[in-house]
Amino acid sequence: MAMLYTDGHSLQRSPFMSASESPIIEVRNLVKRFKHVEAVKGVSFSIPKGVCFGLLGPNGAGKTTTIEMMEGITRPDSGEILYKGTSNNPHFKQEAGIQFQSTSLMDYLTVREVLELFASFYKKPVPLEPLIHRCHLGEFPDQPAAKLSGGQRQRLLLALALINDPDIIFLDEPTTGLDPQSRRNFWKLITEIKQQGKTVVLTTHYMDEAEQLCDQLIIVDRGQIIAEGSPEQLLKTHFEQVFVCLNKHDLPAHLQEQMVDEGPNGQWVIETTSVENTLQDLIRQGVPLSSLQVRTPTLDDLFLKLTGHSLRE
Amino acid sequence: MNQITALTWARTKEYYRDKGSLLWSFVLPPLIIAVVALAFSREDGHLFKVGYYPGEQAPTVLNSLNYVQKVPFSNEEEAVRKVRHHQIDLLLYTDGNHRFLYNPDSHNARVLQDLINASPTQAWQGEVAEGRRVRYVDWVIPGILAMNMMFSGLFGVGYVIVRYRKNGVLKRLQAAPVSPAAFLCAQMLSRLIIMLAVSVIVYTASDWFLDFLMLGSYLNLLLVAALGNLCILSLGLIVASRLANEELANGLLNFLTFPMLLLSEVWFSLDGAPEWMSDASQLLPLTHMVQAARAIMIEGGGLADISHHLIAMALMTTVFLGLAARLFKWRAD
Repeated sequence: MAMLYTDGHSLQRSPFMSASESPIIEVRNLVKRFKHVEAVKGVSFSIPKGVCFGLLGPNGAGKTTTIEMMEGITRPDSGEILYKGTSNNPHFKQEAGIQFQSTSLMDYLTVREVLELFASFYKKPVPLEPLIHRCHLGEFPDQPAAKLSGGQRQRLLLALALINDPDIIFLDEPTTGLDPQSRRNFWKLITEIKQQGKTVVLTTHYMDEAEQLCDQLIIVDRGQIIAEGSPEQLLKTHFEQVFVCLNKHDLPAHLQEQMVDEGPNGQWVIETTSVENTLQDLIRQGVPLSSLQVRTPTLDDLFLKLTGHSLRE
Repeated sequence: MNQITALTWARTKEYYRDKGSLLWSFVLPPLIIAVVALAFSREDGHLFKVGYYPGEQAPTVLNSLNYVQKVPFSNEEEAVRKVRHHQIDLLLYTDGNHRFLYNPDSHNARVLQDLINASPTQAWQGEVAEGRRVRYVDWVIPGILAMNMMFSGLFGVGYVIVRYRKNGVLKRLQAAPVSPAAFLCAQMLSRLIIMLAVSVIVYTASDWFLDFLMLGSYLNLLLVAALGNLCILSLGLIVASRLANEELANGLLNFLTFPMLLLSEVWFSLDGAPEWMSDASQLLPLTHMVQAARAIMIEGGGLADISHHLIAMALMTTVFLGLAARLFKWRAD
């Protein structure tokens, strides 16, 4: 469970973190400006060991800037990042695995050669064959890196992030641009990594990815943290209702005024704490239910509720 | 060291798998050499070149001869070498003994002997200085090889690093425990090994057809090639230190290569050029590489003779490397 610094300075320990448990990484009041844009506005949080920690937010929210400051790639304008309690920890690069949002590799090197090259950078690289097998690279180890498909490329980049058997793994939008099948395969890989007790820090703008993978989340918008907690806890805190959705054209005109919200794809959404009562009301009023859907709130709903705009916008 | 070796080997593999680079390095230089050899195979026989030593006053016997260029020498050794290699047709001694030096293989020398002895003054005695004629291709080959090293060095390091920065390879390396020094060292080492190998192969293959004049030591030539290459590579690193725009890098590299191409005596000598131009050319690393290689190949110069070029290249390398190390950033600003 994440600890949050509500005012950026004073530290509040999360009730889910035991007193003896020290975070693997702490971010204190981080600020980054690019010319006239303040991309990150004093965010603070900490990540305990062994969790999958997500930074969820729309494009341009400041997720990548934040994670790159944590990775030591971008220098913050102010604030502090402590890895295992130490700022500028000299062991960080040897112990961290990093996968960027978009990275080219050496075009003329094969998958195996790229892995061998990166293995040479670390003091204790893992054996390559098990890594190739684990990341499902076994079918194309001699393929030039430039000729890999999107999914193959992401798996190679993940293998590079795992090559030093890292304590902490940073994944920046790891499934952006992948087809649904490749995304699911990638989630499976990340779940396996989580099961080994590694700490995973993940940025994403896919709510399903965050719900599927993350134990802890911060929701980021316009460079600020707007909510934090586990996905279940966040939804429980902010929503008591479930959503009953109907096709817009199925509703009589007099009922449309009573609807809470217009959802995507021409749907009308009714927030209710009792699905049974709502359905009885709808039947009583002769509303056709052929397009009816009942669903629980998602992180996208939460984001919409908190910011007034969708994660996809 | 393991990192440097791995990065060097990785870059070298990238080079030899890139067909475009291979074509540029192996096909173009021999092609230029062949064209030059063909174009300049017929000598211009209308002008005689007669040297005299010692003194500034040309012997009176030359006054009656038309179409003769008179070249004074203050160094006898240099003058004799020029006779041996047909760079002058005849050397007249102005010590009062009426003797001259000629190469029996030179047709011009035979004509000049007859002309001189046909004059009404005292007869001149000829002495033989045998040697091979220096063709233009012998003169130009160090320039072409050095030019190839310059292009390959500047673009091979400068352009490649800028591309790496643009497409995120450098960012990925920055995230790994790789020091900039190890990365840059590997880039230089890889390109140095490649270019020395390419130059040796191109030289040997071209020599097989054209039989170049090589009077000095191959080891010294290799030293000049290595030091010159390092100097050029260091210059390339300065260009590559921050840019992430390939078009801008391309323009900047061309801005560096063109003056060197014109002023570093690759294709023609600056002997008759204004002094300021010769002075300016001494600031260019290619000038020192070309002049040192030429001194070894066609003048038989030793290390002492080219020491000023070696020192100049070493100094430039140090300054360029220092600047590149100071300016280098993994990512563009």
